[in-house]
Amino acid sequence: MINTVPRYLINFILLVLLQVFVFNNIQFSGYINPYIYVVFILTLPFETPKWLLLVLAFLLGISIDLFSNTLGMHSSATVFMAFLRPFVLNIIAPRDGYESETYPQLKYYGGTWFLKYSSILVLAHHLFLFYIEVFRFSDFFSTLLRVLLSSFFSILLIFVGQYFYRKDNKRL
Amino acid sequence: MKSLLNFLLRIHFLLLFILIEIFSISLLVNNNNYQRSRMVNFSRELSGKYHQELSGLKKYFSLQEVNQQLVEENNRLLNIIESTYKSDDVFFRNVNDTIYNQRYFYTPARVVNNSVNKKHNFITLNKGKKQGIKPEMAVVSDGNIVGVVKGVSENFATVISLLNLDFKISAKVKKNGYFGSLVWDGQDYQTAVLNEIPLHVDIQLGDTIITSGFSSIYPEGILIGYIEEFEKKSGSFYTIYVRLSTDFKQLNYVNVIGNLTQNEKLNLEQQGIDPND
Repeated sequence: MINTVPRYLINFILLVLLQVFVFNNIQFSGYINPYIYVVFILTLPFETPKWLLLVLAFLLGISIDLFSNTLGMHSSATVFMAFLRPFVLNIIAPRDGYESETYPQLKYYGGTWFLKYSSILVLAHHLFLFYIEVFRFSDFFSTLLRVLLSSFFSILLIFVGQYFYRKDNKRL
Repeated sequence: MKSLLNFLLRIHFLLLFILIEIFSISLLVNNNNYQRSRMVNFSRELSGKYHQELSGLKKYFSLQEVNQQLVEENNRLLNIIESTYKSDDVFFRNVNDTIYNQRYFYTPARVVNNSVNKKHNFITLNKGKKQGIKPEMAVVSDGNIVGVVKGVSENFATVISLLNLDFKISAKVKKNGYFGSLVWDGQDYQTAVLNEIPLHVDIQLGDTIITSGFSSIYPEGILIGYIEEFEKKSGSFYTIYVRLSTDFKQLNYVNVIGNLTQNEKLNLEQQGIDPND
């Protein structure tokens, strides 16, 4: 458990850099903006205190905001997602609960579980983010389309990323 | 106090979430122009709606008062309209007579009834006693002869049209001043007959016939029409057919001419006659 803190710190920095320098520049046809940095919140340990969850989410969001010049947008969306995380974890918990010494990652609980888990939270995050970006409901359906497409790609990328994690973790 | 703290501890997650969200969104609104303008617009719209609703409610409560005000306003406007109408009615126009005292005055009136196809045609005007119309006043239309006022009521006047077998007017040939009496023969509404012009008078087709001014009803020089045809019928007088310059079929606005010196003239003429009686 000791080495989790520097690991997550590196994780944090890597994800922010990846998001800011790579994924923020990916904009297919104006509809698809994948936001993969949320994987940091997704993969935090089960035992993380709830308040820390929110604080970390805020820090993560505000870091992205600082780089993409959208102060408050990503932070509010990420905090919202972090707020939902405990409830979602409760809802989709396996029958015998979460084991200790495990993380909410694909390699511990399988693809279906992780897909469910990440889909719900990423969708929530993207919904919040895109609607607060548009800041009105007049273009409701075009925004919704953007949310769905971007969510799909974010989930896809996060899912693929989990396989990299696997290798990383094995090495660690 | 302790239970309050416990309660706060229990919901600290939610509280923290709300606090951070509020902080984030305030950051968002304060630092992003688009979201800020949307926010300002939204609040403006909201407050506008609120004020609109409120004023609507207030309006409802003051309906009684507003009604009262409207009644008063209506009353006032009606009074103004009526008075302007009246002053318009009694609007007199001076005839160009600046050297001497005014002799004739004009009152505009509108034709409300008219006919041309009878033997005794009458015209009804929309002005009467109240507007200063009296019997024996002359009626002209744009300087062309129309008739003479016969009777007046409070607000209407009947006019004997020139197209009336009882109508007779003193007329003269403009170019040489010979006068005769003009009547309508009851045939064509565009033609009248001028009699009593002696045979030696030089007249041509198209000569202008005007009023003579002898009758004390008509001023001198009101246009009657132009000679259309003339013939020597009997004795020593011409029978002259005059094409009337007035189109009686489309009379609309006319002027009623009052003669301010009419009574004076009649009185004088009476005096001249009296000693003979």
